[in-house]
Amino acid sequence: MNQINRLKGGQIDRTQTLNFTFDGKTYQGHSGDTLASALLANGVRLMGRSFKYHRPRGPLTAGSEEPNAMVELRTGARQEPNTRATTAELFEGLSAQSQNRWPSLKFDAMAINDRFSNFLTAGFYYKTFMWPAAFWEKIYEPIIRKAAGLGSLSMQADPDAYDKGFRHCDLLIIGAGPSGLMAALTAGRAGAEVILADEDFAMGGRLNSETFAIDDASADVWVQASIAELAALPNVRLMPRTTVIGAFDHGIYGALERVSDHLAEPAPGKPRQILWRIYAAKTILAAGATERPIAFENNDRPGIMLASAIRSYANRWAATPAQRVAIFTNNDDGHRTAADLHAAGVKIAAVVDTRTDAPRSHGYEVLQGAQVIDSKGRLGLTFAGVKLADGSMRTLECGALGVSGGWNPNVHMTCHQRGRPTWDDSLAAFVPGGALPPGMTVAGAASGNLSTHGALQTGAQAAKAALGLKGRLPKLPSAEDAPVSQTPFWYVEGCSRAWLDQQNDVTVKDVKLSHQEGFRSVEHLKRYTTLGMATDQGKTSNMGGLAIMAELAGKSIPEVGTTIFRPPYTPTAIGAMAGRIKGMDFHPTRLTPSHYWAKERGAVFVEVGNWLRAQWFPIAGETHWRQSVDREVAATRASVGVCDCTTLGKIDVQGTDAAQFLNKIYCNGFAKLAVGKVRYGLMLREDGIAMDDGTAARLEDDHFVVTTTTANAAKVYQHMEFVRQCLFPDMDVQLISTTEAWAQYAVAGPNSRALLQKIVDPEFDLSNEGFPFMACANINVSGGLRARLFRISFSGEMAFEIAVPARYGDALMRKLMTEGEEFNVVPYGTEALGVMRIEKGHAAGNELNGTTSALNLGMGRMVSKAKDSIGSKLSEREGLNETDALNLVGIKPLDAGDKVTAGGHLMNADGPVDAKHDQGYVTSAAFSPSLGSMIGLGFVKNGSDRVGEKMRLVSPVTDLNVDVEIVSAHFVDPEGGRQRA
Amino acid sequence: MHDLTPITALGGTNARVETIGAVTCSEVPDVALASVTARLGKESQTRTAVKKIIKADAPDVSRFDGGDVLAFWAGPEQWMLEAPFDSHEDIAARVKSVCKTNASVVEQTDAWARFDISGAEVLAVMELLCNANSRAMDVGACTRSSVHHLGCFVLRRAPEMFSIYGPRASAGSLLHAIITAMHTVA
Repeated sequence: MNQINRLKGGQIDRTQTLNFTFDGKTYQGHSGDTLASALLANGVRLMGRSFKYHRPRGPLTAGSEEPNAMVELRTGARQEPNTRATTAELFEGLSAQSQNRWPSLKFDAMAINDRFSNFLTAGFYYKTFMWPAAFWEKIYEPIIRKAAGLGSLSMQADPDAYDKGFRHCDLLIIGAGPSGLMAALTAGRAGAEVILADEDFAMGGRLNSETFAIDDASADVWVQASIAELAALPNVRLMPRTTVIGAFDHGIYGALERVSDHLAEPAPGKPRQILWRIYAAKTILAAGATERPIAFENNDRPGIMLASAIRSYANRWAATPAQRVAIFTNNDDGHRTAADLHAAGVKIAAVVDTRTDAPRSHGYEVLQGAQVIDSKGRLGLTFAGVKLADGSMRTLECGALGVSGGWNPNVHMTCHQRGRPTWDDSLAAFVPGGALPPGMTVAGAASGNLSTHGALQTGAQAAKAALGLKGRLPKLPSAEDAPVSQTPFWYVEGCSRAWLDQQNDVTVKDVKLSHQEGFRSVEHLKRYTTLGMATDQGKTSNMGGLAIMAELAGKSIPEVGTTIFRPPYTPTAIGAMAGRIKGMDFHPTRLTPSHYWAKERGAVFVEVGNWLRAQWFPIAGETHWRQSVDREVAATRASVGVCDCTTLGKIDVQGTDAAQFLNKIYCNGFAKLAVGKVRYGLMLREDGIAMDDGTAARLEDDHFVVTTTTANAAKVYQHMEFVRQCLFPDMDVQLISTTEAWAQYAVAGPNSRALLQKIVDPEFDLSNEGFPFMACANINVSGGLRARLFRISFSGEMAFEIAVPARYGDALMRKLMTEGEEFNVVPYGTEALGVMRIEKGHAAGNELNGTTSALNLGMGRMVSKAKDSIGSKLSEREGLNETDALNLVGIKPLDAGDKVTAGGHLMNADGPVDAKHDQGYVTSAAFSPSLGSMIGLGFVKNGSDRVGEKMRLVSPVTDLNVDVEIVSAHFVDPEGGRQRA
Repeated sequence: MHDLTPITALGGTNARVETIGAVTCSEVPDVALASVTARLGKESQTRTAVKKIIKADAPDVSRFDGGDVLAFWAGPEQWMLEAPFDSHEDIAARVKSVCKTNASVVEQTDAWARFDISGAEVLAVMELLCNANSRAMDVGACTRSSVHHLGCFVLRRAPEMFSIYGPRASAGSLLHAIITAMHTVA
């Protein structure tokens, strides 16, 4: 069998023969074919099995509205389920498998479902799996889930890349059929920035599928000339293979460009698809129309297709589903298919027209006033049963039947912002109406102008109106302008298993049952029967369902209304939504200035927000992280350690009101802070809860540098900008982030001064008298490099933070290590940093957890009463000042070998262990090398008065239950002598 | 003269240059930056100071101007001043000496990493990177835009050349995004 159903002509390139496989069998097609057209040309009509009843199915359409012919395309990690054979471009080596069948497409054991169709009607699952309720989650749902779905996933990571991008234009034209092309020509010639997008790989729309002339030549000639003209205009961008998937707010449209889907695999470095965000000042929707089927008994056999689809296959792809074809129509368009097929040499069994006055033909028989009422054929159509006008029956032998029930304008995109279409009686169809997305107009068949002339004319008019062009319309090419008359004919009387939604196996009977059972809203109908769901979103089925509902309810179709049209217009891969934002690139990574040095040292890194921070620095012989961390803590407390603290937020605050501004931001006072001094500050939220803490260094009278916690750097900056711009716009204060501009290192330990004296230029006095605790200064280091020095301590040791411009951070760290060799300097990471701050009793993110107040943190007295600051008033409210309020305390196990874990709750030494008797909780815990046991920080009710009390630390989740003692939070050097040394 | 050797935002001692297809991306470390923000009521004095420094009017919204030292608009009454690093490492001090107390001046040299993207297909690369309407930007236009979730400044310096300033710590992520886009276009 070699392309036995291939016709002459078409737009395929016969010089390029392509080999492909379907279910393991090799076929040949040509460049320009789709998988469906190539299979039809090879005499293959059966392409899939239906969702519920596993009935044999072939393509219904020739486009993206296809409900049936879905396959798993490609193999291995690139296998993609539910790919429409009708839009999949053929390429050399294409491999496709049918889906939803076992063991084979021709013999599918699950087709037994079809025998039980009486039981599997609408609402089957709801009715059957209600009892017992406990069975749902464990038994019913897993079984139903396994049976549901069509294609299967490869379960391997997608090896291809996806990208995202942004385009702007004066005019976006959606659809490159006659109206879209004419609109693009009009706008492009006027010099507007135009984007013309079409989901097809060949622009031209229906003109690619028709044989009539434009300007006395074949339509194809006009299409190619138009595309060539547009391609030559620098202000026009043509985007074939691009589906505009949704109309979003502010003139933004989503568009999926299939860059490499037509190739076996993307070229190296190329994405498979790009999801574009198109910013359009104006938009013309020229999305065309979709032919609608007529429902009759067994209307789903392979070979029964939309008449326009058969015409497309014949004219564009030179393929016919069979050598003997019948047509079933209620309008003149069906006759076009018959005429074209007849001209191409395909035998027309008959044209069955529901109209008694249907036009006759010299080439083939037309059965006026007749209806197709049934079909036969196990795996494909063989006979169609026809009821003639006089009531007698006739059987037509045919391998394909083209069905035409008229055309529905593709109004979807007009409704993406909640607009509703309006009913056009003359077309018996919904047309765009109501409130369209701002800036959108509709042209061509999508607006209900179904003739080619109408499409060309409305396309030009829409472009002219959208751009406000003056003057006459451009000269339109001459084209057919046949009057369009569509009278409703939705289904054949008396049918029951007549398929409305072939993708979801919803029949006329199902819709009637749904109505009978009280589901009378169109939205309920959809949910109960699944009509219009899944990949095709009911593009060929919704109207039929609505029509039957309307009839049953005694209403008109517009009274019944439509369901909501939502984006995306066609299925869009999640990979395209993600673009390049995936895996390690899911978010940007921030590297500290010492990162490359730390990497050389073999540091273990941890993600802190977007930052990568060194967690600890293992050395030879260390096999456990605790060994490294304990060593770093001990060495720092014994001599000197260095930690990269660049990640702390740094906000430069300047202006004559800078100090007053900080007085508002912080709950404690800053107005009187002397130049050259640093102060710890606590920020409260409006509601009095602690927001963040840090320091503010006054470098000059009108210049502060504020530090924030790493986690809250952006949030605090945002908060300060809000306060500056909105609450105190009259203050003279300017803010800018300098977090990344400076590499900042904590140098801590009794030898920190000695080490820094080797780095800092000698004219700067680092003695305790010259540079006491909480001092700050602009200095020079290493022979003249500008730097900043702060004498602040997070570890509790004598400590400094030194900052240089970030580009010198790497060199400074190396120098600190070299110069510190004589002091056995160690670098320490975030773990040792955390251990030392817990030992010192400093609050951090765990304690500033969004529920704690200054009082809870033991800083109640810091909230100044002498001034007004954000949160100070509400920190006085009753609920935050109860007598047994939580206070920050230290927690020490009675047995040094016991664990202390964050998240554990504190209970009285005796009494029940339950939420009612909860006394508090542990927020931070670590092993303290200084104390030789685990320690913790936490909050205990009235904790300030309970130091020395024995309690139990419990965690029902981890079965923890240990005896602990409440101690001061300051485990190490509670008097603060070391940091002031 | 100090003895600390600088590294670039990407961690190298030399600027990294990548050419893919018709587009080249160059890391530009030899640039000094300082932000200038007018103090309340000192807007005209600040504009005058900026004009004196860049020898051109203080740029309007979304514009840049100047010569060896240029300024680009960064916010209301705020500019970023840019100059060659070798001659202007002390840019903040120099600008401050002109602005005096009329403006707040902050060194921003190492807050940012600059990448220059140039070549015939540069517009195609730019529209994959950010939602700024790069085709509509003329030479002299600049804007803030998000690239790969990073807040950046985008400047069109020549018909086929853009500069992107992104946060220095994320220079690697920014370069990854630029390279990916260059491959897509190549």
